[in-house]
Amino acid sequence: MLPKLLNGRRILSHQQVKFYQTGTLTVGNRLLDAEQRTVQATIDRSNSLDSGHRACQGCGEALGARYAIDSAMRATNNKLIAANATGCLEVFTTPYPESSWTMPWIHSLFGNAAAIGTGIAAAMKVKGKEDVRVIAQGGDGGTTDIGFGCLSGMFERNDDVLYICYDNQGYMNTGVQRSSATPGGARTATTMPVGPEPGADFDKGKNVPLIAMAHDIPYVATASIDRLHDLEAKVTKAMSIRGARYIQIFVPCPLGWGSAPAQTVNLARLAVESGIWPLFEGENGEITSVTKIRKKVPVEEYLKPQRRFAHVVKNPETLNVVQEIADRNIRKFGLLEEQE
Amino acid sequence: MLKQIEGSHGVAEAVALCRPEVICAYPITPQTHIVEDLGVLVKSGKLTNCEYINVESEFAALSVGIGSSAAGARTYTATASQGILFMAEAVYNASGLGLPIVMTVGNRSIGAPINIWNDQTDSMSMRDAGWIQLFVEDNQQAVDIHIQAFKIAEKLSLPVMVCMDGFILTHAIEGIDVPEQKQVDKFLPPFVPRQVLDPEDPISIGAMVGPEAFTEVRYIAHQKQKEALKLIPQINEEFKKIFGRDSGGLISTSNTEGADTVIVTLGSVIGTIEEALDEQDEKIGALTIRSFRPFPLEEIRSALKNAKRVVVFEKCFAVGIGGIVANNVRMAMSGTNIPVYEVIGGLGGRPIIRKSLHKLFKDAVNDKLENVTFLDLKKDVVDRELEREKQLIQSGSVAENVLRDGGVVNAAKTT
Repeated sequence: MLPKLLNGRRILSHQQVKFYQTGTLTVGNRLLDAEQRTVQATIDRSNSLDSGHRACQGCGEALGARYAIDSAMRATNNKLIAANATGCLEVFTTPYPESSWTMPWIHSLFGNAAAIGTGIAAAMKVKGKEDVRVIAQGGDGGTTDIGFGCLSGMFERNDDVLYICYDNQGYMNTGVQRSSATPGGARTATTMPVGPEPGADFDKGKNVPLIAMAHDIPYVATASIDRLHDLEAKVTKAMSIRGARYIQIFVPCPLGWGSAPAQTVNLARLAVESGIWPLFEGENGEITSVTKIRKKVPVEEYLKPQRRFAHVVKNPETLNVVQEIADRNIRKFGLLEEQE
Repeated sequence: MLKQIEGSHGVAEAVALCRPEVICAYPITPQTHIVEDLGVLVKSGKLTNCEYINVESEFAALSVGIGSSAAGARTYTATASQGILFMAEAVYNASGLGLPIVMTVGNRSIGAPINIWNDQTDSMSMRDAGWIQLFVEDNQQAVDIHIQAFKIAEKLSLPVMVCMDGFILTHAIEGIDVPEQKQVDKFLPPFVPRQVLDPEDPISIGAMVGPEAFTEVRYIAHQKQKEALKLIPQINEEFKKIFGRDSGGLISTSNTEGADTVIVTLGSVIGTIEEALDEQDEKIGALTIRSFRPFPLEEIRSALKNAKRVVVFEKCFAVGIGGIVANNVRMAMSGTNIPVYEVIGGLGGRPIIRKSLHKLFKDAVNDKLENVTFLDLKKDVVDRELEREKQLIQSGSVAENVLRDGGVVNAAKTT
């Protein structure tokens, strides 16, 4: 292990980092080039999603959105407009007359955030304000299910919108129901752990980052809130590109997953390190970078702290099915160093 | 300039004269020619400074429009029939957010059974959505009302639906006086939004409102429709001064003075009715409702107050109760003893013919009308189908059986 670490490894999508201390998994700001240092650590961060909102303790979405939006704000010199789908993020950041948004923000419907983004971008273009950029955002339900038509339309027209999906793997705002991003085995209010095949069905659901890539759009990425620096870099990169872009961020939900709020970041890390949530970037339909797993962990470590998988962990057969899914991801995306 | 053109083309030219900045296009018959013609105007460079977006559905068409309008762009789209149902959620959202989008509805029936021909069920399905709804009689009015619609919408910060009968108007070629650009520019100032998405002055639009204020917000929406009752005639007057044509404002009447019987209707069918009335001996008046939302209760009541009977002729109905327009007219006539009869005709494009109208007028004048009449209903076909359903549990498709029975399909009749 030692020589590899000393040789430096590509653990961030945007910059090769050389570790000076062995065994650490943390990249400090000081190790990065000045322009690569984290947005959150600067005093001029925009605080676009300001404090005082009503997110649950340990909310992965609030963390992800804060980092994503502040990065996008920095990348656009604070000239940014956001369209938000109905969902947790919309509900916990408003209602009137309160708003956590210090940027121009609109909520229209559950299934049309991408189209609202298209409309705003069109208005900016026609008014000659192309320096004002647009993001559309929503949860996985608003993105992979009800908003999918508008999302695909925005992609195929290559409209100048960055769409960010905060993926907490279910309809959490309405009380934890299954979405097409819910993983097999998971307990939700509509896939209860009862009967001979408890929890959500395996072999259902869709991979929207790959579907986004099938539209040949200029930029697609997956990200996770366990590596916020990487998330910031991906958003910054996305904002340097014109056209339709898509980032899906893995955001654990303590309420929906039955996990301790303090475990949110750890679960995000275990999802990446087990191969459950592959981190990759794609440009114009081709995968251009993959984040390698630093230290592979069995899926059990990821599943165990979550009550939604209690029945899965207890059953060696279903546990094995989940492990096979993770292993398939590792093979498919080449997530382990050894496979190169 | 007088031109001999298709109604849809006239509307496209009128919309282009209003300098729209974003147009969302999605095809649905019979509205399609309008967005096609606008596409040509944009692509050929005749309509500049305009983003023309081919969207993937009507839901997206209006959603893109909501985004562009909220960002301060003058926005237009068109739809019909199933399309307006598919965008229904966005229809309510656009008015709730107070966005002055103008949308043409090329009026068409709603299925099942699928039917592409004209009636007004589509617009009526959205009558309570908080939009201004203006119905036009002919293609000159279609052109003129579209130009007025942008002004009404932007003054009130409310969306406006211009409803024109599918095929009968959208596909009819007739002489239209298409206004000059400088006339329209004089009439319609640039769009100044009431609130706008702007990084220089960030606001949150579309946040949640709870029980403590929802009633008041909805009441204000109702008040704004009442304001429109004053504004629509005012804008018609302004229009008249510049363009020299009267589009009628809220309602228009003909021969209602001293008439015992008045026919009330919406849209292009007034042309057919007036022609049939000309051939009639009895003195019968006619009233056309231009503005269905807001509904001009006072104007209608005042125009009908001396009638002995009112016959509402409409191309739509509320299944399970009866006429939609008739029920609204009854509200205008409440407290009077004047009976309001309902006649439902022209559904799914059924021709409204002179002979049937003459019989209808005669029955009306002699007080022989039922409360609800379905014009030219083939009662025998209906009775036989209802009987079949009683006899057979698996009696099959009503629509298919009725067609077979009516002899339109040249196949073995269902027994």
